[in-house]
Amino acid sequence: MGATPRPMPRLDADNRAFWTGGADGKLRIMRCQDCGTFLHPPRPVCRHCLSENVAPEAVAGTGTVDTFTVNHQAWYPGLEVPYVIARVALDGAPGVILTSNIVGCPVEEVDIGDRVRVKFERQGDVYLPLFEKIP
Amino acid sequence: MPAPSAYITGVGQSQVGTKLTRHPLLLTVDAVREALAEAGLTVQQIDGVATYPGRMAAYLGYSPVGADDLIDALGIRATWYLGAAEITSQLGAVVAAADAVRAGHARHVICFRTVYEAAALSRPEEYPPVRRATVDGFSQWFAPFNATSASSWVAQYAMRHVKHYGLTREQLAQIAITGRANAVHNPRALVREPLTLDQYMSSRMISTPLCLYDCDRFTDGSTALIVSAGDALDEVTCTPVRIAASAGTVEKYSWDQAEWMASYPTGADLWKHTDYKPADVDTVQLYDGFSFCVITWLEALGFCKVGEGGKFIEGGQRIARDGELPLNTFGGQIGAGRLHGFGFAHEAAVQLKGKGGPRQIPGDPRVAICTSGGGPLATALLLARD
Ligand SMILES: [Zn+2]
Repeated sequence: MGATPRPMPRLDADNRAFWTGGADGKLRIMRCQDCGTFLHPPRPVCRHCLSENVAPEAVAGTGTVDTFTVNHQAWYPGLEVPYVIARVALDGAPGVILTSNIVGCPVEEVDIGDRVRVKFERQGDVYLPLFEKIP
Repeated sequence: MPAPSAYITGVGQSQVGTKLTRHPLLLTVDAVREALAEAGLTVQQIDGVATYPGRMAAYLGYSPVGADDLIDALGIRATWYLGAAEITSQLGAVVAAADAVRAGHARHVICFRTVYEAAALSRPEEYPPVRRATVDGFSQWFAPFNATSASSWVAQYAMRHVKHYGLTREQLAQIAITGRANAVHNPRALVREPLTLDQYMSSRMISTPLCLYDCDRFTDGSTALIVSAGDALDEVTCTPVRIAASAGTVEKYSWDQAEWMASYPTGADLWKHTDYKPADVDTVQLYDGFSFCVITWLEALGFCKVGEGGKFIEGGQRIARDGELPLNTFGGQIGAGRLHGFGFAHEAAVQLKGKGGPRQIPGDPRVAICTSGGGPLATALLLARD
């Protein structure tokens, strides 16, 4: 998937920690420092207690495939298919699910419940958190 | 004093096709003309307009005509109007119009949805495609993973049904097969040929488990409904259909962050606003932008248990035009074209008025459900002919 063209996120104050955490190998999720709720997508306020005392925290970077699909349609020229799109439920961050790709294995080997680990793919300043299966 | 009621009176539709060259405002006016003629109303009697999602300058194919355009073009004297994307999906505009006439803000509201996606795609000089170097807002959480198509998001919910409840492709196929069988009898349907199970099973995958025939496709056309106040029905010459109940939900603002589809809470809520029961419903017109959405709506509305939607439609007899619960009798979006939500309300009204012609369901139907959306946003309406 290294050569796959991808629309890239525009970095801003809210999302920078998430998209650049891969620079030191960490997957960072915004967390309320008062009540402990993880906040994703990141916001400058806690949706549980309304505290503005929020900060990004590194999580384990492992998780479980909540559900997935194998995309076969080339939505634009240069897009290599098939590839797996999955929702990954993150360990240690209750309620946080990331949409990502499961890479590094044949598409037919991905299933709900699979254990996966983050694998960052750098494109410029952004480190995309992709996932691969934990053998 | 009984609560004031809102009614769908006239309904109308333009020609439907792909790569149409007729001006999208004129398509809208075509639909409005037909709705006015059926209701026996003139433009001078219209005092409200509601549309979804309003004119979208950045993506004109998706919505080339806003409420402002129609008001200006027809010289409507509006005392209330709405063109909004941040509502509980397309038919949220009809729910808002019903509330407006109940509250007395207007007497006759034109509700419309105009789509021009196929035409826009074929004329890039006139309708420049959306191209962005970077993404922000909710797009940033899926576009970098090439999960930009709604098919990929709905497919993931469908995959849960496959894995947890044993939903099969043969079961899912009945949505498209039923829609296409009905579209044969709808003169305005986009595709007027039946679909066989063999054709379905051998079609290419888009995003597993959804294949080509599980997805609607870009269509050009316009649909209009007039929502009238209960105390203005003496001005109307057609059979009115009462908006007996409605419900809507937003799960999460971003498709990919919703834990589960919004059809479920919406369907459950609908019954809290009415004494009717699922057994009273004569026909259902359920959003099928993707076939799987119909499965969720059938389960959400209590026609079967969660997880049993596939078994419920197995073989297709139950949801056929002469079955116990006729589904998408105009073809749905898969057969009749992606008119984006409004086609379902149009058809529910047509059936309750008995004006379905060759596709009219038997048995003098009096109660219908129509829905739009199902993903992060969902709207359901229960219509009744008193
Ligand atoms: Zn908090």
